[in-house]
Amino acid sequence: MTTRDTDWDGVRLHVVTGKGGTGKTTVAAAMALALASAGRRVLLIEVEGRQGIARLFDCPPLPYEERKVALGLGAQGSGQGGDVYALAVDPEGALLDYLEMFYSLRRTGKALTRLGVVDFATTIAPGLSDVLVTGKATEAARRRVDRRDDSHVYNAVVMDAPPTGRISRFLDVSTEVSALAKMGPIKTHADTVARVIRSPQTAVHFVTTLEEMPVQETLDGLAELHELTGDAIRPGGVFINMARPALLDPADLAAAASGSLDVAELALGLKAAGISDNHGLAADLATELKEHALQIAVQDRERTELQTSGRPLYELPMIPEGIDLASLYQLAAALREQGAA
Amino acid sequence: MSPVVLDMDRIIDDRRTRIIVCCGSGGVGKTTAAASIGLRAAERGRQACVLTVDPARRLAQSMGLTSLDNTPRPVEGVETANGGSLHAMMLDMKRTFDEIVEAHADPDRAAQILANPFYQSLSSSFAGTQEYMAMEKLGQLRHAEEWDLIVVDTPPSRSALDFLDAPQRLGRFLDGRLIRLLTLPAKAGMSYMKVLNAGFSMMTSALTKILGAQVLKDAQTFVTALDTMFGGFRERAEGTYRLLQAPGTAFLVVAAPEPDALREASYFVERLDAERMPLAGLILNRVHKSPAGRLSAARSLAAAETLDMQDRPNGPDGSSPRYSVAAAALRMHAERMQLGKRESRLAEHFTSAHPAIPVAEVVAQPEDVHDLEGLRVIGAILSRPGS
Repeated sequence: MTTRDTDWDGVRLHVVTGKGGTGKTTVAAAMALALASAGRRVLLIEVEGRQGIARLFDCPPLPYEERKVALGLGAQGSGQGGDVYALAVDPEGALLDYLEMFYSLRRTGKALTRLGVVDFATTIAPGLSDVLVTGKATEAARRRVDRRDDSHVYNAVVMDAPPTGRISRFLDVSTEVSALAKMGPIKTHADTVARVIRSPQTAVHFVTTLEEMPVQETLDGLAELHELTGDAIRPGGVFINMARPALLDPADLAAAASGSLDVAELALGLKAAGISDNHGLAADLATELKEHALQIAVQDRERTELQTSGRPLYELPMIPEGIDLASLYQLAAALREQGAA
Repeated sequence: MSPVVLDMDRIIDDRRTRIIVCCGSGGVGKTTAAASIGLRAAERGRQACVLTVDPARRLAQSMGLTSLDNTPRPVEGVETANGGSLHAMMLDMKRTFDEIVEAHADPDRAAQILANPFYQSLSSSFAGTQEYMAMEKLGQLRHAEEWDLIVVDTPPSRSALDFLDAPQRLGRFLDGRLIRLLTLPAKAGMSYMKVLNAGFSMMTSALTKILGAQVLKDAQTFVTALDTMFGGFRERAEGTYRLLQAPGTAFLVVAAPEPDALREASYFVERLDAERMPLAGLILNRVHKSPAGRLSAARSLAAAETLDMQDRPNGPDGSSPRYSVAAAALRMHAERMQLGKRESRLAEHFTSAHPAIPVAEVVAQPEDVHDLEGLRVIGAILSRPGS
């Protein structure tokens, strides 16, 4: 196994959050593919029961079980990558897991489910279900092969986490739980989970598009993470998703934005390409270019705004055809190229 | 198959419409849709109130929502020539919950509940409570009879359906065996020992193991304290649920033309149908249209390639026309057409599965909406979709 110099060497748990609609799951999946270079094993965890990972990798709905879903992105020219496993964690499964792992109480756990204890955990004390879910992710990140071989089972764990608005509370498990339990086993468990989350081994990445609301939410999310946890929880990178490249040089962009583009010149170009300028086609295309120019201007403004966060920025292109497995590898390659993985 | 066009003005002009619920997955523009509809209704003469759960900061500011005080505030800058008015409020989930407790329990017991750690966790956390409290607040506003139209956007849930499930989940929970077991000691005093069975002792010992004795005791105290209010809670949850089924309610499912959002929208439509909730239509937000739709993507791309080849020999005098802008325009157009095609294919899937659902398309705006003028534009597009 070769070690590559990436921005997040030493991070074992990558928490990926973002506003709804920004492609959080896509970026988490691309990150997992990018991290799984040859010989490395990566676990991709989904926590919100949406089965987004199964859809991305085009496989049947994930059970509460770690399953191999893809090969990682191979190193340049060397072919095969490592393995990407996936797991859909739900509070109920995590509770049963917890009972079995720490108390060998699987059957009791099932009885508790029947009695509505899981409803109890999710309805009355959501902090408890959060600690069970994050607990599963930290357990996977720390898991060793066995007593004789203390190397980690997974080189990295990537969590497709709740959206930006909820992420700080979701991760601030020990505070959430200690409000309920001053001592006792669940408190001890929460403290263990919190130690992992609050260590340099965990980083929280934010996914955003170059639009005003998602950018604002990203900055608010980073500020909230800082406020709630000091710098105890390590902020990661900001992943700009679905960025559109500028198709014109800056001078032409400015002209297009102000509506002063030379439409006659555009019409001549169309003619040279064998397209007649019927019913003002050139003017209509100029309108499209104007919208494009305005969008690029918004993108530039929002990118500058994001730079104020001081976080490393990574940029992923818009895939106009929609996301499939092939485009996930393309995004993974872009992440690796930029040093994110 | 082209869908039935959603007639938004007919819905908001119909005085029998008393509640409009905008629902859909996160990031599809629910809040903007709700605010635009509220504003348009007000300017067409309705006494409208917009209840929003988690607005973007600048959108909130545009409606004068600078503080979260759980009371509808008048929105400045609304055209009132038609006799309408607009109020807006942001939900304060915890305060709403506190008020229910205070309304249903005597002061001592209320204080006891409000101080309980379980109550504090429940009332300020995000999962479930927000949905339930949004619906509770909706019921309160409706019963206040101060507004003749309430527009609400639903919380940014993990699933767009959570707000429908929240009242039932709470009801199920309150009726649950666990609750009954937890409250037994208090209800029956020492005699509860008699009903102790293997299941119960196993459960308490397991719960003690997982949670610790103190937590279990706190939970028991909390549940016991809440016990007297259970009836009231359930009644309210059921009342809100019936309100949502009433003919004066119109559900609008909001979606973006993306696979996940539309899949969620489909699921939602089916679910509303199963719950017999009145669905008015689908708002398809951020649709890409081209003013030059007569030029296909394939032809546009081919033309761009032709230009690339012609552009190389530049005239030495610089007098020859530059083709680079035209080539860029053609590439950009091809991409736009592809995107539009993909979007309409997705929309068609939805329509063929739900042919009777009226649809309003809103074209993508170059910038986020953050003032009343922007809301007016969206409101106008919603009322004349396709134009």
